[in-house]
Amino acid sequence: MLNPLVKQVDPNMYRYDEFDAQFVSERVEQFAGQVARRLSGELTEDQFKPLRLMNGLYLQLHAYMLRIAVPYGTLSSRQMRKLAHITRTYDKDFGHFTTRTNLQLNWIKLVDVPAILRELADVEMHCIQTSGNCVRNVTADQFAGATDEEIEDPRPLAEIIRQWSSLHPEFVFLARKFKIAVGACEKDRAAMLYHDMAVQIVKNAEGRIGYKVMAGGGMGRTPYIAHVMREFVEREDILAYLEAVLRVYNQDSRRDNIHKQRIKILINTIGPEEMRKRVAREFDEIKRAGTLQLPQDELDRITAYFAPPKFETGLSDEMPEAGADFANWVSTNVSKHRAPGYAIATITLKTPGQVPGDATSAQMDTIADLMDQFSVGEVRVTHEQNLVLPHVRKKDLPAIYAKLKELDFAAPNAGLITDIIACPGLDYCDLANARSIPIAQSIAKKFENLSRQQNIGELKIKISGCINACGHHHAGHIGILGVDKKGVEFYQLVLGGSGAEDASIGEIMGPGFGEHEIADAVERVVNVYLAQRKDGERFLDTYRRLGMAPFKDAAYGKVAA
Amino acid sequence: MLTANRLRDGDVLYRKGSGWVPMLADAEVYPDQASADAALAAATAETLRNEIVAPYLFEVRDVNGKIVPVKEREIIRAAGPTVHPHTGKQAGQINA
Amino acid sequence: MTKLIKSGAYAQDAYAPVADDAALPDGPVLVSLARFNKDRDTLLARNTPVGIRLQSSENPETLGKDVHHFALIALEFPKFRDGRAFSWARILRTRLGFTGEIRAVGDFLYDQVNYQHRVGFDAWEVPDNFTVEMFHRALTEMTNVYQPSSDGKKTIRELRAAR
Repeated sequence: MLNPLVKQVDPNMYRYDEFDAQFVSERVEQFAGQVARRLSGELTEDQFKPLRLMNGLYLQLHAYMLRIAVPYGTLSSRQMRKLAHITRTYDKDFGHFTTRTNLQLNWIKLVDVPAILRELADVEMHCIQTSGNCVRNVTADQFAGATDEEIEDPRPLAEIIRQWSSLHPEFVFLARKFKIAVGACEKDRAAMLYHDMAVQIVKNAEGRIGYKVMAGGGMGRTPYIAHVMREFVEREDILAYLEAVLRVYNQDSRRDNIHKQRIKILINTIGPEEMRKRVAREFDEIKRAGTLQLPQDELDRITAYFAPPKFETGLSDEMPEAGADFANWVSTNVSKHRAPGYAIATITLKTPGQVPGDATSAQMDTIADLMDQFSVGEVRVTHEQNLVLPHVRKKDLPAIYAKLKELDFAAPNAGLITDIIACPGLDYCDLANARSIPIAQSIAKKFENLSRQQNIGELKIKISGCINACGHHHAGHIGILGVDKKGVEFYQLVLGGSGAEDASIGEIMGPGFGEHEIADAVERVVNVYLAQRKDGERFLDTYRRLGMAPFKDAAYGKVAA
Repeated sequence: MLTANRLRDGDVLYRKGSGWVPMLADAEVYPDQASADAALAAATAETLRNEIVAPYLFEVRDVNGKIVPVKEREIIRAAGPTVHPHTGKQAGQINA
Repeated sequence: MTKLIKSGAYAQDAYAPVADDAALPDGPVLVSLARFNKDRDTLLARNTPVGIRLQSSENPETLGKDVHHFALIALEFPKFRDGRAFSWARILRTRLGFTGEIRAVGDFLYDQVNYQHRVGFDAWEVPDNFTVEMFHRALTEMTNVYQPSSDGKKTIRELRAAR
């Protein structure tokens, strides 16, 4: 809903031209045709399923679920208001921001989907390839364009990859899903090393900017960290190189066992060296053919869409004083911006007791107002199920904080133990073995005390309700995996994972804990850290130093309290 | 018991006789494998008529005279999400 | 029963499919890779066109230079989810320079026909209820494309530059 008191601002981001608009609207009509053929019986469910998945529509535990693409996590206020409207009109008034920076709606009717897609197309949004065995939403660092840590904004390249992969005729029936992330810093806020393929913007020895390409990372049943495929790909060659990787994957992946069909399995089976060889061979040919070369003027053209906003000059770089609560929030949720007088503000959708990552339509509308008033009409969705206002003036932070308190999104907990990632789990998901949201809520409530949280410091808890690992538990400092043991929900602890540039796969501790025991088990594990930590160590560091043993002993109560 | 989703809106349904009802409590319990399999076969044939999708059987048991699913998943599916008690069948939200 | 669509219209299928252990009839034949490997010299010595039907696990590169002896290469979709043949067709048209007929056979959806057409298929073995009208509709649902492929269709980037 447009607030008459707030002027809608259009941020600098990719804008559809007539070709993009036509593409999306034709896709909507194509899907409307497929829905009609399904309803009439011309298409069986088996035939319709891959088609609806490639338009983001799942059949879940209670109803259809629609996954709306948020390319590289970037939304305008106009888009946020439309999402609020759709959430209100076609769903039960709340949506969920996911670990791939998309938005999920849980109570969708199949017959409404064409209308929803048309509404999304009105604001340059879609659900194309948010599911299915194809290239999925391309994600990027949520601080893109705002941080001084990046070589350049990764989103223009992410947009170019998005277009290249949209209904790519060769790659829409891959062996499995294919997830791509783009980063531009040494610090990895996009969990690049856990993606099927990742592109990191780098500088070579001559100072020329190019791309490091990695492949074979993944979560799921068998987690892997990605391998470097090529240290430096020239700008103009990047699409040819990505096409080469996809082609090798499409040809050579197994098709006989759905659990062994991600690219991580292929690379692990043939070895990264052999993979690099096969890719190099394809790449040389594709490059020579010339049709996929990326000219500098095209890169410049797309980059221009993402030009930084006009930052005010002469602003004070001092952080305003606005009370102790505000100061607490700043210490965790406000990050350094490249422009003096500016800041990056993280809105954690993780107030203890809330469903992680959820927002009501009213909250979305208010956030849209905040975006317009304070953040040049722009917000980012993060893979940690939070939101980021990328360009705010420091002097506006107290007003922003006050508004967030009204929204109940002012928890000063970014990166702390209550900033938990949880998949929808058995409450919503057809694939789940156990519920994850109530576990997140119980742990967050247990550790609610702010001084306690601050004392514990950075601790990333990630909860998945099944082995598909949509909660990214393998990458949690403390990961929790819900399992079904003879019809009862049990929760396994996994320690020492990381999705950042120091990527590691968590180690399974042992037998699971019951629903009412798991929060206490987490507490015992945390207490080991508090008792044993050395100066400056995060939980993850202490774990890496000590190993599993002391944490395991404490968790299973083998040590005196 | 036998459950499925309504094709057009995804609503969860339970088999009763040769029709479907929204609430598990009103649905039919099949006392043996043979009758359950027959019901599933009939429902699967019905999917070709595009009213329902994904029919499957699940176990229930009698708990103090009340029919309760054995699996947690089916309990949640019959009632609604535990974390949003104001939504779903538990809140009386049933599509026509 | 199936029909053949080629060049946008129904066509007679000139090729007789031959089982691996059956005798070769006169006229154009369609054989498996296994059969071709066994009877290569016999097949190539005949003066009639030879077609080969590849399974989805069979990379056309293994045909080597023989690829140019075939007038027809049929690429199988054992199940519509198995999309390897999209790459096989692309490789046939690019790396292997194959200019003969590439035919889609097996289990594929109406909704895949456009992608098949783009990567280099030019013939389709379709069920009886698949009409020529449907074929043409499949190719026109999406007017423009973002990426180049074997069909040589101008990409959106090229259309933008030409504005």
